[in-house]
Amino acid sequence: MLTLSSISLNFGGLQVLQDVNLSVPEHGIFGLIGPNGAGKTTVFNLVTGLLTPGPGSIEFMGRRIDRMLPHRITRSGIARTFQNIRIFKEMTLIDNVLVALGGRPSYGVATVLLQWRNYRVAEGKDREVARGLLSKVGLADKSEQRAARLSYGEQRRLEIARALATGPKLLLLDEPAAGMNAVEKQQLIDEIVKLNAGGLTIFIIEHDMSVIMGLCHEITVLNFGRVIARGTPAQIRTNPEVIEAYLGKDEHSPSRPEGVSP
Amino acid sequence: MEWLDSFWATYNTLVLSIGTNVLLALSIYLTLATGLLTVANAAFMGIGAYTAGLLTTQLGMPLIVALILGSLLPAVVALAIGRPTLRLSGVYLAMATLAFGEVVRILILNAEGLTGGALGLNGIPQLTQWFDVALAVVLTLVVLLRLARSRIGRTMAAICQDEIATEIMGLNVRAYKLFVFVSGGALAGLAGGLNAHFTFFISPNEYGFERAVDILAMGVLGGTGSPWGAVIGGLLITLLPELLRGLGHYRPLINGIILILIILYSPKGIWNLFRPVSESTRLPAAP
Repeated sequence: MLTLSSISLNFGGLQVLQDVNLSVPEHGIFGLIGPNGAGKTTVFNLVTGLLTPGPGSIEFMGRRIDRMLPHRITRSGIARTFQNIRIFKEMTLIDNVLVALGGRPSYGVATVLLQWRNYRVAEGKDREVARGLLSKVGLADKSEQRAARLSYGEQRRLEIARALATGPKLLLLDEPAAGMNAVEKQQLIDEIVKLNAGGLTIFIIEHDMSVIMGLCHEITVLNFGRVIARGTPAQIRTNPEVIEAYLGKDEHSPSRPEGVSP
Repeated sequence: MEWLDSFWATYNTLVLSIGTNVLLALSIYLTLATGLLTVANAAFMGIGAYTAGLLTTQLGMPLIVALILGSLLPAVVALAIGRPTLRLSGVYLAMATLAFGEVVRILILNAEGLTGGALGLNGIPQLTQWFDVALAVVLTLVVLLRLARSRIGRTMAAICQDEIATEIMGLNVRAYKLFVFVSGGALAGLAGGLNAHFTFFISPNEYGFERAVDILAMGVLGGTGSPWGAVIGGLLITLLPELLRGLGHYRPLINGIILILIILYSPKGIWNLFRPVSESTRLPAAP
């Protein structure tokens, strides 16, 4: 569904990504892990058009997207959340979702000015859709609150609802479990599984191994901008290179990294 | 009705100035509400004023035609300079638009054959009536309020809060920015055209840096949360110096102190004091 072919990227003299090849299969849950600074978020920024790769190409459903503008990429069916949450804090929850619903090519300035009735009907329908999306992530009762008042976990869920409002086929989640407690994490896992079962392909970056190992069908490991391993959770868990990347080399007693135990 | 006549004789310029200043404040509201710090509106006003003024004085065109062309030309100019400059943000955008304003002022100053240069453009017929200004303000306000309460206004607010997130939601941020910049330019041009036809005389320096800051002050003081904020800002900046007339030499000082106090105590503008904290862009449910 999504294919990155020999992608490289330089920031100044720094090689952020080096010859990265990735393929996210349709309908799966695909994980991208690696130590801090490995270039994971950079991969997301490339896929969503916030960065333009040097050499290499990115294809989504058979179309090159690596020279497309971000809003066009979103309209073609890729949505994302951000590692540092980027909801519209000064808006209500429902307005957050409504902004994203406005991204679909629909009515413009002319409709608003000249066909106010039609516009209001369309807006009313959008509100229904927005409420549905908010209740999907369990935030329906707070729809008229300002987003800044939400807890950290709730803000992450709002961001997912907002991403879903763009009507994606592929959802990129950038560390969705960061800052969540155990209960919230479990809810998140259930939610992702549910979305996936509904036909949505998931591409997830996550530090929390309990989340990633339980969810993903396939995992790619990135270290210093290179792919160092790929495989099923079971294969990744026992890969010596991965363990070394996370913990460093131990000459005396090779041990398992925290959270990567079976 | 004698008192009305004498009131009008004394204050008609002030009343008309309120109207055109409100239009100018609304023109900067569009860009400020989208998070764009542009200060090109004084220049757009100048382009509109000179275009409309020349059309009526030199070609004897009716006011309405002059006003339409006086709004169109700045819009076209805004379209041309908007594409490259709107890639900038924050103070860099302010600097670029400021420089553009100077370019326009100096062009008008040096195109003596057409504009009269530093001597200004004299003898512009006083065609603007109070109802022209009132109609322009009311129509503009109706249109902008409608936009503000629709998904257009919501998207503007979203761009203001987080441009990248808005873009990632599938919204064409560049197109929105260009739209508010161009329509702000057209509105400033309209204000300029109306203004030129009751002041009799215009000169390039009226559309320089000072005017640009004035317009910005109206937008910021009033608040960018709603077009009503711009209305309040336009009123305040026009009326405050008049109300303080009795203070003589201290007038600019007190004027400045009041503006600073407003910024200190209501940084989001005066309008923000009047609205509930968690107001949404809620519409009544569709029928």
